[in-house]
Amino acid sequence: MTMIQDAPITSNSSAAKAPRRFQALIGFGLAAVVLFGVAPVVLGDFRLSLLAKYLCMAIVAVGIGLAWGRGGMLTLGQGVFFGLGGYAMAMHLKLADAEPGQLPDFMQLYGQLDALPWWWKPFANPAFALAATVLLPMLVALLLGLLIFRRRVRGAYFAILSQALCAALAIFLIGQQGTTGGTNGLTDIQGFFGYDLNDPLNRRTVYFVVAAALLAVLGVAWQLMRSRYGELLVAVRDGEERVRFLGYDPANVKLVAYVVAAGMAGLAGALFVPAVGIISPALIGVVPSIEFVIGVAVGGRASLVGPALGAIAVAWARTALSERLPSAWTYFEGLLFILPVVFLPGGLASLAGFLRRRRAPEEVPA
Amino acid sequence: MTLVLSQLFTGISIGAVLLLIALGLSLTFGQMNVINMAHGELIAAGAYTVYVLQKVISGAGVSLLIALPVAFVIAGLMGVLIEVLLIRRLYARPLDTLLVTWGVSLILQQVFRDVFGAPNVQTKAPSLLTGSIHVTDDLVISSSRVFILVLALAAVVALTVGLRTTPLGRRIRAVVQNRDLAAVSGLATGRVDRLTFFIGSGLAGIAGVALTLIGPIGPTMGTNIIVNAFLVVVVGGIGQLKGTVIVAFTLGIVQSMVEYTTTVSVASVIVFVVIVAFLQWRPQGLFTLRTRSLA
Amino acid sequence: MTGLSVRQLRVVFDGFVAVDGVDLDVPSGDVRFIIGPNGAGKTTLIDAITGLAKAGGSVTFDGQELLGRKVHRIARLGVGRTFQNSTVFEELTVLQNLDIAAGWSRGPLTLLRRRTSVPPEVQHALETIRLTAARDQLAGTLPHGQKQWLEIGMLLVQNARLFLLDEPVAGMSHEERDATGQLLGELSRDHTVVVIEHDMDFLRRFARTVTVMHAGRILSEGTVAEVQADPRVQEVYLGHAMEAGNA
Repeated sequence: MTMIQDAPITSNSSAAKAPRRFQALIGFGLAAVVLFGVAPVVLGDFRLSLLAKYLCMAIVAVGIGLAWGRGGMLTLGQGVFFGLGGYAMAMHLKLADAEPGQLPDFMQLYGQLDALPWWWKPFANPAFALAATVLLPMLVALLLGLLIFRRRVRGAYFAILSQALCAALAIFLIGQQGTTGGTNGLTDIQGFFGYDLNDPLNRRTVYFVVAAALLAVLGVAWQLMRSRYGELLVAVRDGEERVRFLGYDPANVKLVAYVVAAGMAGLAGALFVPAVGIISPALIGVVPSIEFVIGVAVGGRASLVGPALGAIAVAWARTALSERLPSAWTYFEGLLFILPVVFLPGGLASLAGFLRRRRAPEEVPA
Repeated sequence: MTLVLSQLFTGISIGAVLLLIALGLSLTFGQMNVINMAHGELIAAGAYTVYVLQKVISGAGVSLLIALPVAFVIAGLMGVLIEVLLIRRLYARPLDTLLVTWGVSLILQQVFRDVFGAPNVQTKAPSLLTGSIHVTDDLVISSSRVFILVLALAAVVALTVGLRTTPLGRRIRAVVQNRDLAAVSGLATGRVDRLTFFIGSGLAGIAGVALTLIGPIGPTMGTNIIVNAFLVVVVGGIGQLKGTVIVAFTLGIVQSMVEYTTTVSVASVIVFVVIVAFLQWRPQGLFTLRTRSLA
Repeated sequence: MTGLSVRQLRVVFDGFVAVDGVDLDVPSGDVRFIIGPNGAGKTTLIDAITGLAKAGGSVTFDGQELLGRKVHRIARLGVGRTFQNSTVFEELTVLQNLDIAAGWSRGPLTLLRRRTSVPPEVQHALETIRLTAARDQLAGTLPHGQKQWLEIGMLLVQNARLFLLDEPVAGMSHEERDATGQLLGELSRDHTVVVIEHDMDFLRRFARTVTVMHAGRILSEGTVAEVQADPRVQEVYLGHAMEAGNA
């Protein structure tokens, strides 16, 4: 055992008892009814687009649950991938918003450029931009993962490194004001593939797209967790060195989860842009990146839906509290990092499992 | 030539600040394998100590001198409190400790905001440290930077001598090298941990005092500088002071040189790439304690 | 030649020579016990063979050179090992542990699907290690002895042909030791087994051949009787242990 690896977190919904397909189908059905049926009816336009924003956070959280909860990789740098996805999408939308032949508005404003930078050009193509929102983060994660997992950089080292990348990217973007909008980021996005985002109906449509994406991402995570790969990932989390003696290269096992999580964060970033209308360095730096993790810890890192629900709950609490009592919110957020991790490491999901066991003791495996 | 020298000195002084921060971190990280994310707020606590003392004592020089030991004790006690209340409970869960101490850092930031206000505050630097030293006609270095460099080196020397010669130092090294063996040999590892945390956190307080000389004091001042200090510890290797010293200065110099030839913005990415490249060569950091560890 | 062949193996940690020019041949089908006082270099020898410790010299298994290969490559050549402290995946069930051990050669499509049935080799291993009833139990809840058997079962399904077992019966009850000894006997029909052990009683009953190590070198080698009769062995190690054992 290396000291760097964390002790496993016991949780009822850990890989030991994969959810049965039947239960899972009911769960997905229920989630679909709530997301597509109940929420759009109950919530007004404003609340619904807030929910769309929370669902984006939930998509990132599902990826973190996979990488951290199941794979033991505490990534404090998902903002990097969220940002890559977000900027890829926003660049396309800015180009689409601009008059034909004109530069995007902020470039004209800063007035440093005569022509579009070469690396902006491909993003004018919608297919390229859409693919890039997911593939670009995955590519960066693949390169970084290859370099650091192969050299057995892990545990706290990995966490710190992922955080440093985040800080570096944020500083980089802030400095490139003329081409990335600097501190302001890319803002004031008007249209989404030809649809006017000022139209409430179109904003509702964006919500449906985000909700569908969340369900798809949950589906991918579900399949990965219940598969043989999911079991192997847990084995790597709990005994990376031991897995080597079974003939596996754990670096590759971790790489898959890390790259998939990066793709999910990229997708979330891409959807965040039409849902909220902005992407900026402040949304992807060190602080927001570690805040992605908190919902996962609260909801239950190793469970499938725990991270998503936790992320939504935390994002909702932030909106509700921070508007009225900003100071109280920060104390509350601090406690959110402390209390669940210390006293309920399995998160709310483990609480649910505990209750279920109390109600039906015969379900406990003999 | 002068330009290179002046950039070199800028780099060394960035390195000195990093070193002062990373010294305490590397002590606690090496000791308990724990990254204390609230280390930055302990730095801020040290800086606010100067601010408060100057309200009481008008002389900038005297208050700075008094602030050094006071900040050391205040930050040290805060660190011990964090260790006893939280980190102790999470032994064997180092990654969770990272999250929990981040929570502590958020709370401390808000405490600073509620007590001292959200805007940055200023302190007076002693007149001796406000000027600059003309090494040659072109090469001018500020005396506060020189002071920080001297302070950092003094901390390194004190720590090295302390670890080598004092009974406590020997105990700390024993626990770092083999915790189980040290415990079996009758060492009260818990007490050693607390003392290590006291010293490591106290060093953060001293770093905070030093930072008041070169920048504003604010609730989040710690967060901004701490990320690079973490990198220093990771790249330097666990439980080795010389690694921390070499890497702090190297990182400072590399950063200032790259910033000079490109921009701050590009430098941040280049420095990260350099570090990942370095880890290809030495994945466990510059220096490592070799122990026979099982898989 | 088939079996394990070690030539002039040398392992140095920071100037300390842990294994100093060891030559060792274990023909296939042998049950070889390696004994020696603490610090003799027994575990380090296994670490070197399995790629965990850097070593000089040569180690071949069934004609393939092992030194210089990565740990997981050596495992794929049919070399399996256990550890002094059992290292099963405690959060996974017995079945999942075995299924993972059986799987390094699976393709991505198999990996990304769920396991629908128990693979035959896993079923067979479950019976061999007498854990069929505990199949769906979390490995962490098994008693110590059964964890060690699970480790052996994992080597079986891993298709290891060389078993390197580091103190497999330490902490086991008498009955468990007997059962483990029998298991080793069964295994030796198609496997080469190397066991590091301190338990003299266990050694006398189940070893076919014995190698004695001392201070990083081979001191003596032969059958149990031959080794026991070797005066050098009695001098450095066996003497008092055997007296204690005979008493």
